[in-house]
Amino acid sequence: MELRDTPAEAEFRARLRAWIAANLPPELIGVGTRTEPLEALRTWSRSLSQAGYVGLTWPRQFGGGGGAHGLDAIVLEELARAQAPQHLGAIGIGMAGPTIMAYGTEEQKRRFLPRILSAQEIWCQGFSEPGAGSDLASVRTRSERRGNQFLVNGQKVWSSYAHLADWCILVTLGDPAAPRYHGLTYLLVDMHSRGVEVRPLRQMTGDADFNEIFFTDVQVPAANLLGAEGEGWQVAMTTLLHERATLGFALTGLLDAALQRLLQLAAGNPAAAEPWLSDIANEWIQLQGLKFTAQRSLSQLGATGMPGPEGSVIKLGWSESTQRVTKLARTLLGPQAVLDDGFWHHQQLRSRANTIEAGTSEILRNIVAERVLALPRSR
Amino acid sequence: MDFRLTAEQLELQKQARDFLDRKLPTSDLARTVDAGDGWDPASWVDIASLGWLGVSADEESGGAGLSFLEEAILIEEFGRHLYPGPYLATVGLALPAVPTEQLEALISGRVRWSACLEEDAGLVVNLQAIDQVVVESSEELLLVPAKGSPETSIDPSRRMGRISQTPDREVLATGEAARSLTVALRTRRLAALAAEAVGVAQQVLEWGLEHVREREQFGRKIGSYQAVSHPLVDSYVAIELARSLTYWAAWCIGRDDAEQRRAAIAAYTSASEAAVFTCERVIQVHGGMGFTWASPLHRYYKRALWIQHFGGPPRLHREWLARDLIGKAVRGAPRPTLSDEGGTTP
Repeated sequence: MELRDTPAEAEFRARLRAWIAANLPPELIGVGTRTEPLEALRTWSRSLSQAGYVGLTWPRQFGGGGGAHGLDAIVLEELARAQAPQHLGAIGIGMAGPTIMAYGTEEQKRRFLPRILSAQEIWCQGFSEPGAGSDLASVRTRSERRGNQFLVNGQKVWSSYAHLADWCILVTLGDPAAPRYHGLTYLLVDMHSRGVEVRPLRQMTGDADFNEIFFTDVQVPAANLLGAEGEGWQVAMTTLLHERATLGFALTGLLDAALQRLLQLAAGNPAAAEPWLSDIANEWIQLQGLKFTAQRSLSQLGATGMPGPEGSVIKLGWSESTQRVTKLARTLLGPQAVLDDGFWHHQQLRSRANTIEAGTSEILRNIVAERVLALPRSR
Repeated sequence: MDFRLTAEQLELQKQARDFLDRKLPTSDLARTVDAGDGWDPASWVDIASLGWLGVSADEESGGAGLSFLEEAILIEEFGRHLYPGPYLATVGLALPAVPTEQLEALISGRVRWSACLEEDAGLVVNLQAIDQVVVESSEELLLVPAKGSPETSIDPSRRMGRISQTPDREVLATGEAARSLTVALRTRRLAALAAEAVGVAQQVLEWGLEHVREREQFGRKIGSYQAVSHPLVDSYVAIELARSLTYWAAWCIGRDDAEQRRAAIAAYTSASEAAVFTCERVIQVHGGMGFTWASPLHRYYKRALWIQHFGGPPRLHREWLARDLIGKAVRGAPRPTLSDEGGTTP
């Protein structure tokens, strides 16, 4: 066990911190997962890729750095610490890429992976539907095999980056007659295809990060099938495991940044903070617990190559802590909290989605109950 | 960074678990704890011969030259088995204040120790089972023989006594040396209690899971009901976070890291609360059986409560921690835990 950075890690961290300070445009600080200002975000995402800070752990043959998983964790922590915005290619880097590495043909790996890393192509995720949220296996978007292609019809929802995306990882129903979990087909869909329509969804914050995607007779070449027909459930589970595992450090980094703001707020108003000291420290403790638990599960990932279900624990703890931190901050603001301060008010609203997106807290508790604690299934 | 127990540490953990499963099975707990002195002194001979009393002592003193992390791993296992002997007292509470010339007697198992800090108000852990006490008294650390009267502890597996006033005392440290030693004792105490609480919570959670996997009501295993399973998941999450924090704190203490005090508070508050919460949850899912004397659950619950009262209210520790963190924020450091302090949270 070694809980400090190794000399190599410390040097990497210092170099990265200096690079971020020199390259992160001030107007992007705190932008988070929003997609404006778009051109500045594109430039920032490309410069991160060019500097070699994306795909550090990916194999060298696909343009990656071939490094240890710990480096990814450092990048995510440092970016969050600087309140840098999310890379526009986050879904490609964190979800599509690892899934293509696990299930893709050699041709698919060659075609897609380097362009994900270079930020040349942006990806979105087509999983949830109006009638299939937590219950992903009941998706209704149809894919029908027609010779050398699939014909896709249906609707997806809650899709971040879809309005910018070049490609979509799409879970479809290939065989309605197949038993549950066995009829799904996972496709890589060109978002510029005829019949793809994206409509932004306005959220309670007023932002529009999410979209609906409509597919009408969209033709997808059979070469863009990922895994086998009917194997879509397993492929989708790989995507979701990676989503939660690699998210861990970005999440704790975001919580860390919010917590630093909370501490500053408390320092500026000690009288208001006095009754809440125990609660404030509790969130710092929760953050350290999440960070070190993420490290513990990362050390396992290094050994097995597949993230374990512990990622669900981090996501669960993070989302609830983030909501509490926001409420604490608003309490410390006192009567000023009725005014929109441009940060905490947005956080208060945005954080409600944290226990819903990327697996609701209820579903994550089911996952932990069944897969980690081996309790009988609830349904 | 590498947050994994080494092969040797995992082996030590397994060795301790096997030893305690054999020597102190749950079925024997009532017989050992409820009678006589409440523990089996023969177990101390075994523990000494396994080398577990000299884990962190250097090799010249006859120790293994390891660190507090290995001791915390053992304390966690002792907690898991509710070991009633003075291991926590000797290794978790007193060890840093034991004079070098007395280490050999401690390591060989001949002399057992405990410690009494000012906040303990004269109460001594395992007074009935030890020989010497480190006593904090008006900015001095004293060595006092273990004489006094037994008190009724809320946890029968952790006996307590009240130490007698005696002129028979030896000064261990004064002034700055005493101050830094008492800080070390307090920090180690919190981390040791955290390790014990993690062991208690883990064992109780496992019993809870076994029960709800098997117990049927309304024609279904009760573990399939989310009203039953989700609180157990919350326990699991709390224990996992507490375990990470406990290993962090133990590692910091072993390395004399600048963050050991904060890490120990984080570990103690989260682990002690996780243990109490888990016991209460698991008693609940056992229904009426969980409320009986025959079930071991009440013994673990009493230990969890004892830990939380002996270590002091988590809320007060957190208030101290918050002032420390906010003070750092005031002094203009952009973050409370910069690596240039030599800390572990870069």
